[in-house]
Amino acid sequence: MTEEQSSSEVSAEPDAPESPAIEPAKPHAVAVAAASSEPQPEPDMPLLRIEGVVKKFGNFRAVDGVSLDIRAGEFFALLGPSGCGKTTLLRMLAGFEIPDEGRILLNGRDIAPVLPHERPVNMMFQNYALFPHLSVRDNIAFGLKRAGMARADINTRVAEMVALVKLEGMEKRKPDQLSGGQRQRVALARSLARRPQVLLLDEPLAALDKKLRESTQHELMELQNRLGMTFIVVTHDQDEAMTMASRIGVMDAGRLEQVATPRDLYETPTSRWIAEFVGDVNLFEGQVGASEGGRLAVSTRDGGTVYVAEPRTPPARTAVSVAIRPEKVKLSRRAPVAEGSGGRAFNCLEGVITEVSYLGGLTTYKVKLDSGAVVRSSMANTTRIVDAYSVSQRVVVWFTPDDCLVLEQ
Amino acid sequence: MSARRIFARPARYAAIAPYLWMVLFFLVPFGFVLKIALSQTAIAQPPYVPLFDLWGGREATRAALEQLSLDNFRLLISDNLYILSYLRSLTVALLSTAILLLIGYPIAYGMARLPQRWQGVAMMLVIVPFWTSFLIRIYAWINILQHDGLLNTVLLKLHLVSAPLVWLSTDTAMYIGIVYSYLPFMILPLFATLAKQDPALLEAAADLGASPRQAFWQVTFPLSLPGVGAGALLCFIPIVGEFVIPDLLAGSNAVMIGQTLWLEFFTNRDWPVASAVAIVLLVLLVGPLLLYERVQHRQLEQR
Repeated sequence: MTEEQSSSEVSAEPDAPESPAIEPAKPHAVAVAAASSEPQPEPDMPLLRIEGVVKKFGNFRAVDGVSLDIRAGEFFALLGPSGCGKTTLLRMLAGFEIPDEGRILLNGRDIAPVLPHERPVNMMFQNYALFPHLSVRDNIAFGLKRAGMARADINTRVAEMVALVKLEGMEKRKPDQLSGGQRQRVALARSLARRPQVLLLDEPLAALDKKLRESTQHELMELQNRLGMTFIVVTHDQDEAMTMASRIGVMDAGRLEQVATPRDLYETPTSRWIAEFVGDVNLFEGQVGASEGGRLAVSTRDGGTVYVAEPRTPPARTAVSVAIRPEKVKLSRRAPVAEGSGGRAFNCLEGVITEVSYLGGLTTYKVKLDSGAVVRSSMANTTRIVDAYSVSQRVVVWFTPDDCLVLEQ
Repeated sequence: MSARRIFARPARYAAIAPYLWMVLFFLVPFGFVLKIALSQTAIAQPPYVPLFDLWGGREATRAALEQLSLDNFRLLISDNLYILSYLRSLTVALLSTAILLLIGYPIAYGMARLPQRWQGVAMMLVIVPFWTSFLIRIYAWINILQHDGLLNTVLLKLHLVSAPLVWLSTDTAMYIGIVYSYLPFMILPLFATLAKQDPALLEAAADLGASPRQAFWQVTFPLSLPGVGAGALLCFIPIVGEFVIPDLLAGSNAVMIGQTLWLEFFTNRDWPVASAVAIVLLVLLVGPLLLYERVQHRQLEQR
């Protein structure tokens, strides 16, 4: 798995819009006017190309050489811990920050000199930034009025947007008379009203409670699919990114660590940091040993020799980590019988259960291995009556070489 | 013991304090002034009749009550002098408030845009003149504006004028004095509303296609209206009753109501008419005061 996005790029080709009310995103009037004098972009040019962008605040490199292509119709998520530079990157796309180095190309045109109010890009702000003195209707109409749209058209568009976010009957309310979820919808409607080419969403769901967040995630996905618009969402919540996005860019300390589909990000993280950041993982540190038949033996400190399905053969004695997700770690009372022949089919370790957490859909176990290391395992509760394991029970912990990953430091 | 029980009593007493204050220092004196306004001038000590004798019994009280009349108020309406000085006071206050707003808004706006650590410094600079006595500052202006004062000297040295201009005892001098004195009262409430505005709102406006100018008029300005209202009323109300500045800096051809009041009270020793002037002034200002109340109320709701 390389860090190059091309290998994992799965573009969500937008379906024809189902709703007749909303047309797919059209190039913004301002952009068309400005771009008409420019040479036509190459046909295979992505909608948005970020090239070696650096943003410094004093000596601090908030964004440190990020390159990224985003195609039209993608639902792209920038995921990372707070302070990783994802919001700064988003703000550069919106025009609130100017890159110190690198270029941002929209439709093949450098948008560095384009002021925020002239960009065919709209942003949904983290705390919504609704205008407190304006009604829901006037908030949504704000951008349309600035674009010089005719009054009748504004009314039609506002009605469309209000229906889209299901706020009928709330048009005359002021933001402080709305609930958090309703405010979020107004912000969404306001940012969509101008039909931007790219919609930027800065932590769009962070202010909502869990239940509302989940339903809103699906509404956003459905909306994006219907409008065929390009969404770029910034979030620190990996579940949110995994659920909504067609591709995820993981950022850390100003750098783009990996760009991949949610599945690839989870199943084939390219670094130990990503493996730990996205989801839960068990890590065995060790050194590369012999390789035979696509199977690499790694002698680990805590788990003895672990076999990993790995076509590459790193030089012997390279320090690596073997990563295995908890749901791929199985527990049993006896060692499983290897199917077929030829070497060990499974990695088997033994230990004692120290913790059992029943979470409804699944149960997680912590097993203290004989070496002293703790391995986490989670198993789906697929039947009502489970022959569950209990604390201080001795079990065999096993996993297949195919489910393991070798990560270099 | 519940927290409610601990705090209930002192809290209830504390709530009485402002009312007590109002009764003691506003309503009671207002009652005295109103009574004097309804009395007649007399060459006596005090210079008006009737006097209420609290120990004179019911008959004496009734006789005194019958002597009260609205004559003084009729005089105010019938004599141009009073009407003109009321009008002048209102005009001066309106014009001064408008000038104050025009000067104060950009200053407050600039202060609110300063980095946080400079805002405190700017605020100090606005407040520092208060540390000098108000009268001294007005006398300083007399010094600056007089015939051979600083202003004329500078103008002559710069060859902007060939002969000294008359500044002192003109309306210009009075407006300079008023605007100078009241500027902090305009700036501070404006600054308070502007500084607490969420900068994300301006970004949102820009994001939605508003140029900086449009963003100002569509977002910043409407949201600062409570501050504009507070600043305007904070200046307008005291300027209407202003006495010292017009007396020291303006000419004597037209007087503001504060000066008329002073004349009636000290020169004519006509306490009843002076009281009537004061009562009418108060009634004129109750309108703006109620408005101010409502603005403040709305501001509180917004928080």
